[in-house]
Amino acid sequence: MEPLKQIDGIVAPLDRANVDTDAIIPKQFLKSIKRTGFGPNLFDEWRYLDHGEPGQDHSQRPLNPDFVLNQPRYEGASILLARRNFGCGSSREHAPWALFDYGFRVVIAPSFADIFFNNCTKNGILPVVLPEETVQKLFEETAAEPGYRLTVDLPSQTVTTPSGEGFGFDIDAFRRHALLNGLDEIGLTLEHADEIRAYEARRAREAPWLFTRSGA
Amino acid sequence: MAGRTLYDKLWDAHVVRENEDGTALLYIDRQLVHEVTSPQAFEGLRMAGRRPWRTDANLAVADHNVPTTDRRGGIADPVSRLQVDTLDENCAAYGITEFAMNDPRQGIVHVIGPEQGATQPGMTVVCGDSHTSTHGALGALAFGIGTSEVEHALATQTLIQAKSRRMLVEVNGTLPPGVTAKDIVLHVIGRIGTAGGTGYAIEFGGDTIRSLSVEGRMTVCNMSIEAGARCGMVAVDDATIEYMRGRPFAPQGDLWDQAVAYWRTLHTDPDAEFDRVVTIDAADIRPQVSWGTSPEMVAPVDGRVPDPAEEADETRREGIARALAYMGLEAGMPIGDIRPDKIFIGSCTNSRIEDLRAAADVVRGHRVADGITLAMVVPGSGLVKQQAEAEGLDRVFVEAGFEWREPGCSMCLAMNADRLEPGERCAATSNRNFEGRQGQGGRTHLVSPAMAAAAAIAGRFTDVRSL
Repeated sequence: MEPLKQIDGIVAPLDRANVDTDAIIPKQFLKSIKRTGFGPNLFDEWRYLDHGEPGQDHSQRPLNPDFVLNQPRYEGASILLARRNFGCGSSREHAPWALFDYGFRVVIAPSFADIFFNNCTKNGILPVVLPEETVQKLFEETAAEPGYRLTVDLPSQTVTTPSGEGFGFDIDAFRRHALLNGLDEIGLTLEHADEIRAYEARRAREAPWLFTRSGA
Repeated sequence: MAGRTLYDKLWDAHVVRENEDGTALLYIDRQLVHEVTSPQAFEGLRMAGRRPWRTDANLAVADHNVPTTDRRGGIADPVSRLQVDTLDENCAAYGITEFAMNDPRQGIVHVIGPEQGATQPGMTVVCGDSHTSTHGALGALAFGIGTSEVEHALATQTLIQAKSRRMLVEVNGTLPPGVTAKDIVLHVIGRIGTAGGTGYAIEFGGDTIRSLSVEGRMTVCNMSIEAGARCGMVAVDDATIEYMRGRPFAPQGDLWDQAVAYWRTLHTDPDAEFDRVVTIDAADIRPQVSWGTSPEMVAPVDGRVPDPAEEADETRREGIARALAYMGLEAGMPIGDIRPDKIFIGSCTNSRIEDLRAAADVVRGHRVADGITLAMVVPGSGLVKQQAEAEGLDRVFVEAGFEWREPGCSMCLAMNADRLEPGERCAATSNRNFEGRQGQGGRTHLVSPAMAAAAAIAGRFTDVRSL
């Protein structure tokens, strides 16, 4: 995973609550066995006027001019501003893969669904939780000023507006560390392999049926 | 020491190590694997030169992409076929047990896990699928994960997890006739909202929950994620233990006795405390129908579609207005005036034998209404299908005008050929009514199996008790 320290980028506002992962990346694109290439199908059903299928040349498809990501002022956005309960529903990691592939590195919302939040941090996307009033203020500022940018700094855990106003955010120490360093979590866990084996040995004494293959 | 909740007990029993930041390395007893969220995890293993830590902890099955019509000739869609073939190859390469597409034990991953006894009380159960919460019905700690975590669990048999807060949803009293487990959970989601359970592990308790069959408890726990909670669970009782007895993967002989003694400890202590308690009177629950594009957008069948003008919160008001526009409904119209085009009985929420029995009881002796273009029943597994056929349920459905299909996820998420066309309206026993979930532009109304059957017969939503 790519390390993420500071992102200074254009903000794209997605003004609806409960955006689910089916909307972020529709099911037909989940048939891929790769981790990459999902960007053209991010928000596919909102972004295009036709029905999308894997393997199409997406550059030839009719765009929905009303969808926010199709508006020229948000071109090149790397920060997505969203409403409450963003990323609810399916656990598909294809959702953060699509956001990343499109170019997003930060999603700001008043709240996130748990699995999506977790999946983001494993793919170099920083989910930032800010209070509802702050998010509302950022929506207003984004609407008022074409080319509106924010600076999101992970080491200091702050979001800074063009006028210099700063908002702090929380993130747990482990996720922060992993994002900052682009760490391979599996490698870190395997450093504790002896402890995993010790647990298994103890558990096999206490609950032997969990380690005995019956029947099938 | 203060008493512990069921969640605390399950958590404590699986902690390999506590990390300094408050997270823990949690041991995973069972991983269920399916074709959509695993290929990139296996690829990651291979690229890093790793192997699965413990192959026998995994059980694999293809369910999302498989056709539900005759599949002796294989999968026609080459992209779906490649994904299923990739699962077959990965399982063969690493020695993971897989039920292949034409094995009678194949089915929806959350149906076959309990059916085989592969998911058990006291286990930690994970799967790259958010409806893994289903298995909590057995008194297990079961939750959905993303593909990075699928790879992590494969490689290390553990996951790094932060402990959730504890919520008790307590339902007491006698359910009115015609009200089922599905109505309970839709009612709960309508009450606490789709983010009401975010950050919580939910235990469902109370005498109404205890009176449900284990299958009914699975329906309730299945939709915990629709309330935002990664896991839902129900304490072990006699019904759980009877459910486990004799299943292929269940312990046998002395191990069975040892397991049962442990399983009987898997309940919340009387003096344990929850961070939040929601209390519901079963008598208040009526058959539910979702009208919007989020599972919290539900109403009783004798209710009405809401009017956004009456909603004070702006984000919520816009959400209702947008949902009504997408769903093609008028504010204030009676739920009973909504006419579906298609009927889907299936999914990991409601495709077990008792679901099919409940639907068949409504259908028996009736015909699907003229306005319904397709009514389909998709059993949750090959074994559920066999059982239903042994009971003659397939004939009840077929004689009424339903199609009787092969097992899989099917039109719950429409990754295979089963889908809604733009503007089509479906009465579905599945779990998500999101925009486009059952097909782009499709309109989903979530209901119980009995209510879906009643809608098929009446051609509109109707109280199953009126038929």
